Amino acid sequence: MALVEGGLTISSPAGKIAEVIEAQTTLFTAQCYELYGLPALGSLVRTGDVYGIVASAATVPLEAGRRPVALGHDVATEEAVFRENPQLGRLFRSEFSAVVVGFREGERVYQYLPALPARIHGFVYLCGDEEVRTFSRSLGFLETLLHAVVAVPPEELVSASLRQMSRKHADPDAFLIAAGKMLAHLLSDDYPRLRSILGRLR
Amino acid sequence: MTERLGIVVSASLEGGVVVRLEPGVSVEEMVVGRYVAIQGQRHRFFGMITDVRLEMTDERLASAPPEAGEPLLASVVSGVNTYGIIRVTPMLTIGGDAVTILEGPQPVKTIPAHFSPVELASERDMELVFGQENERNFHIGNPLDMETKLCLNLEEFVKRSNGIFGKSGTGKTFLTRILLIGMLQKSRAVNLIFDMHNEYGWQGTNEAGPPVKGLKQLFPAAVAVYTLDEENSVRRGVKVDSVVKIGYDEIEPDDIALLRQTLNLTELAVEASYQLRRRFGRQWIQRTLELEDAEEVRGLLEETKIHESTFQSLRRGLNTIRRLPFITSHAAEDIVPKILAHLDRGVNVVLEFGRYREIAAYVLVANMLARRIYAHYQAQTEKAMAEGSSPPRPLVITIEEAHRFLNPEIAAQTIFGTIAREMRKYNVTLLVIDQRPSGISEEVMSQLGTKITCLLDNERDIDSVLAGVSGKSELKTVLARLAPKRQALIFGHAVPMPVAFQPVSYDADFYARLAGRKAAGKTEDLEKFW
Repeated sequence: MALVEGGLTISSPAGKIAEVIEAQTTLFTAQCYELYGLPALGSLVRTGDVYGIVASAATVPLEAGRRPVALGHDVATEEAVFRENPQLGRLFRSEFSAVVVGFREGERVYQYLPALPARIHGFVYLCGDEEVRTFSRSLGFLETLLHAVVAVPPEELVSASLRQMSRKHADPDAFLIAAGKMLAHLLSDDYPRLRSILGRLR
Repeated sequence: MTERLGIVVSASLEGGVVVRLEPGVSVEEMVVGRYVAIQGQRHRFFGMITDVRLEMTDERLASAPPEAGEPLLASVVSGVNTYGIIRVTPMLTIGGDAVTILEGPQPVKTIPAHFSPVELASERDMELVFGQENERNFHIGNPLDMETKLCLNLEEFVKRSNGIFGKSGTGKTFLTRILLIGMLQKSRAVNLIFDMHNEYGWQGTNEAGPPVKGLKQLFPAAVAVYTLDEENSVRRGVKVDSVVKIGYDEIEPDDIALLRQTLNLTELAVEASYQLRRRFGRQWIQRTLELEDAEEVRGLLEETKIHESTFQSLRRGLNTIRRLPFITSHAAEDIVPKILAHLDRGVNVVLEFGRYREIAAYVLVANMLARRIYAHYQAQTEKAMAEGSSPPRPLVITIEEAHRFLNPEIAAQTIFGTIAREMRKYNVTLLVIDQRPSGISEEVMSQLGTKITCLLDNERDIDSVLAGVSGKSELKTVLARLAPKRQALIFGHAVPMPVAFQPVSYDADFYARLAGRKAAGKTEDLEKFW
């Protein structure tokens, strides 16, 4: 029984991890509650009914313009730096941007842009395994990702999201092949790009 | 059978239909020559795969193909960026409009719309095209590499003269035997077979085993065997119905004209034969040969203005004929009425030549008999037309070495040329068998309804067989690729489209099937009477 319970815990949606601090139709930026509490590149996140794929992340000083100084000269480990300077956790923040790839309406998930952007201060959740599987049953989001205008190259973004998603599927290879075929259609006239994405899935 | 192969992506009536294969369909299974059905919006099309090709969406794939370490890439691009294309030549429409439903498959006049699904032809499609075995259709073989039966409507087949061609040793004789049996069973037509090599009547030779049964063994009641060489037939154990002797008085100058080349006669010598016929009447050959007295000869020559050397040339030729053992000065019995009586009763007649296989004997006898039988048919048909009664039973005359009768030089003179040209006006058609179709006059070739050809490798022969057929160049490829034995191509009147096929095996199983069918046929016939 314990195992099953454990399994359930993992597959249940994780708690909120961040809050939206900037929102556009195609992109939203969220600040994590914890320093380094960042979701992995390519993870599926949700705020309200809007789904996003984590496209870039950064840890920056809370106050723009304030540069950190080196503190670790006299301590042995990186952890010790934080232990001895407990204020550091409050002086920095971890932020990430997510490309909007779809939204849900009732039970249905649509893989195109929602009518309205995400709401400021909306809580951001990291989607659980079941939710990821449900979302990735359709692969229309790949086209949105390929055309996303973000700092990270779209090839990296696409491959990262597929790597993340495939781990949640019972047959990761089958999922990757299906997604690969979809990409092959989208990139039928751009074989080098297709190859570079697929090369990043290994 | 109805697995979807792909969809139509482009097409033209001239260039054929281009089909993009579904990702899961292997190019290697798309054998050229296979039949496919295309479900268009209004018609169902029937066609044949004529080309297979690999394509890719991006040329760069060719210069940097997936490597061994990229299995994912390889499996992803296959079917999407790299895919198979088949070219299908549409041949028939087999459903959709009223005409097709009422009258069967029709030649294509249009092409299927974009993205029409393409599948392997189903059993039902095949039956629509190749016929279903029934009381009219005879199973002659199977389309190459297929289980489907190719059935020929023999009632339709015998409405025209037909030809069987192929190099020596390609199975013409077996094919002919199968067709003869088919006609015997499934059509009203009756056959007269000039059997040069004694292959059809009692038993036939088989390169690869024991002799095979001839028509008489399989259908004793429906076949009569006549022979020119009684001794030979008896030795071979043939149950002969009649021995044929031919009298000089039955030979006409026309027959001599036909033999001009064989007997090495000059044009003038042939001309002289007509003069002598006029002068001496029916006994002209005997009278000509019996002229011994030099004085008499001179008198005759002066009177008829025949040159001495011409006369001698003619006499030499006539002497060659006289030496044929079945020729007598006067035959005790006229064989023609006897043959006609058989034919009228629906009994098929095979005339064996025994040892007399020289071409002179064959041409002489076949032409002579056919001429008289044809005249009888002509008279009967005309009488029937005048009286409004039923015409005589359709007759099919089978001749071998047909180019000897139907070459451009003499086709106009022989009775066979006439039959071939006049088609079935008088209910007589030909089944010509030949290994050198290029030797047959173009006019006759063009009149043949259905042609069946085994392998031919002489360019001129191929051209002459395929002359006037649409899609000639494709058929040429098919014809050239036939196996040297037991494969043939059929096209023309009796089939909706050209088909390369493998004739049924002529063996014990075949006999057994015939026997079964015969029994079934009998009860059916009885039912009809009631």
